[in-house]
Amino acid sequence: MNARNLPVTLLLALLAVGMVLPLFQAGTATGFWLEVLIGGLMAGVLYALVALGFVLIFKASGVFNFAQGAMVLFAALSLARLSEVMPLWLAFVLSALIMVAFAWLVERLVLRRLVNQEGVTLLMATLGIAFFLDGFGQTIWGSEIYRIDLGLSKEPMLVLQSVFQGGLLLNRDDILAAVIATLLVLLLALFFQKTATGRALRAVADDHQAAQSVGIPLSTIWVIVWSVAGFVALVAGMVWGSKLGVQFSLQETALRALPVVILGGFTSVPGAIIGGLIIGVGEKMAEVFLSPILVRAFDLAGGGIENWFAYVLALLFLLVRPEGLFGERHIDRV
Amino acid sequence: MARTLGDVILSVESISLAFGGVKALTDISFDVREHEIRAIIGPNGAGKSSMLNVINGVYVPQAGKVTLRGRTFSHMEPHEVALAGIARTFQSLALFKGMSVLDNIMTGRNLRMKSGLLAQALRLGPAEREEIEHRRVCERIIDFLEIQAYRKVPVGRLPYGLQKRVDLGRALAMEPSILLLDEPMAGMNTEEKQDMSRFVLDVNDEFGTTIVLIEHDMGVVMDISDRVVVLDYGRKIGDGPPDEVRANEEVIRAYLGTSH
Repeated sequence: MNARNLPVTLLLALLAVGMVLPLFQAGTATGFWLEVLIGGLMAGVLYALVALGFVLIFKASGVFNFAQGAMVLFAALSLARLSEVMPLWLAFVLSALIMVAFAWLVERLVLRRLVNQEGVTLLMATLGIAFFLDGFGQTIWGSEIYRIDLGLSKEPMLVLQSVFQGGLLLNRDDILAAVIATLLVLLLALFFQKTATGRALRAVADDHQAAQSVGIPLSTIWVIVWSVAGFVALVAGMVWGSKLGVQFSLQETALRALPVVILGGFTSVPGAIIGGLIIGVGEKMAEVFLSPILVRAFDLAGGGIENWFAYVLALLFLLVRPEGLFGERHIDRV
Repeated sequence: MARTLGDVILSVESISLAFGGVKALTDISFDVREHEIRAIIGPNGAGKSSMLNVINGVYVPQAGKVTLRGRTFSHMEPHEVALAGIARTFQSLALFKGMSVLDNIMTGRNLRMKSGLLAQALRLGPAEREEIEHRRVCERIIDFLEIQAYRKVPVGRLPYGLQKRVDLGRALAMEPSILLLDEPMAGMNTEEKQDMSRFVLDVNDEFGTTIVLIEHDMGVVMDISDRVVVLDYGRKIGDGPPDEVRANEEVIRAYLGTSH
């Protein structure tokens, strides 16, 4: 094995062992452990959706889009408020159109004017877009907590009662979230691999200049990629909003996608998905199983591991593998 | 080489280009005739690549204009240049490394694809037929460049000489009327250079494509070009058939005298 891979392999092995260990701990029911695992996977799916938006934009334009979280909130707000006055499907279509219009405006007013600027300049621009979008969303849609009703019963389902004592409690909206996320990923794969536009997007991601030389217009591609990222944000916002309600804190939770892309790699779509799942499961497991042990051992005031676990994990990854699990390794000639 | 050349298809007039205080090109004019192989040569830093990038739309010159088939413009976007039938290759390879050889070449067909997104994704009848049609063109190019064995290989894994061929293949897939080649033989060994010269001559011969070629290596260029422009420090110091240029005193002083 490559010596460079050793630290990252150790880190992943440690994570895996840490997740499985509670099973052998006295007093942990297998059913409960599975519930925690599934809860973590569900959170992970949502992180992955936001991270996917980051990765798409970063690949196609090299822009680190700080506004992805704000886009999730804005899309969710649009959907929630529109669905109050019209059927959900119509509200969804209209919200998708709003996100396309947003993408077009971003290209026209910001990206086009900042082309070939330093990465930091573009990052600051997206930071500005993020704050604008947060405020503007409240200006036109309001700042209360809004509901998105997917029409599912909130009653959890009890399954596998014959296998485990007490069975497994599953939320219907969690299952729906997983199904929607899987469909979205399949749809994106189909779009990227099987269409000429998808091929053009992959081409731009690889080399701007060469893509232009075969007649691919960069500005159109940017509008498309920001629209796709906006659509992904809308789906993430819908699923998330239906679970937790649409409120400002959505945007903070969406920032959890940052450690996810550090883990998975900035340029990798599979990395965003796997990174999202690892962080989702990891932080849930840490909160439920590790937290009580630490509290008892050191007589701490409380848990709260869930709030920082993802970031510490990302920090460790930065130390041992800065390009992430699936990212491209940059080797500069000196 | 007794060949009859066509009419002027592309001309540049009094092009000047500067980056800040550095003058890359000063008052350059020349023309390109249909079906000819036109070379631009010069020592390192002479402004050859800058000239190509002006024609390609990557750089906007401070002065001068480019005329393509009687249409004059001071600036076109690179993708508009592609639409107008000008394709190019790159000196430092600019391929889509993660994509297969076939996919790379297929990007050259993107401009000509007409079916809608949904039809393509679901492989509906007309879209399927269109894809097959484009695929056929690409397969012809792959055969022509003798890279059949690598069509599914990600380009990043191919050796340098073959990557250069893929770069050429992608440009050919656009079925351009003018092909700009930026140092197609740079970094190649003698055998690879001979292969590439043969491909360039065949493209010119079989498809009638007009070729504008930048080269550092004078030997190859003199063998295959109809007319040669010589640049030095951003100025034009020679223009004419290879033999005439070879005899030009200033060219010998500036180019041959120093580097050979």
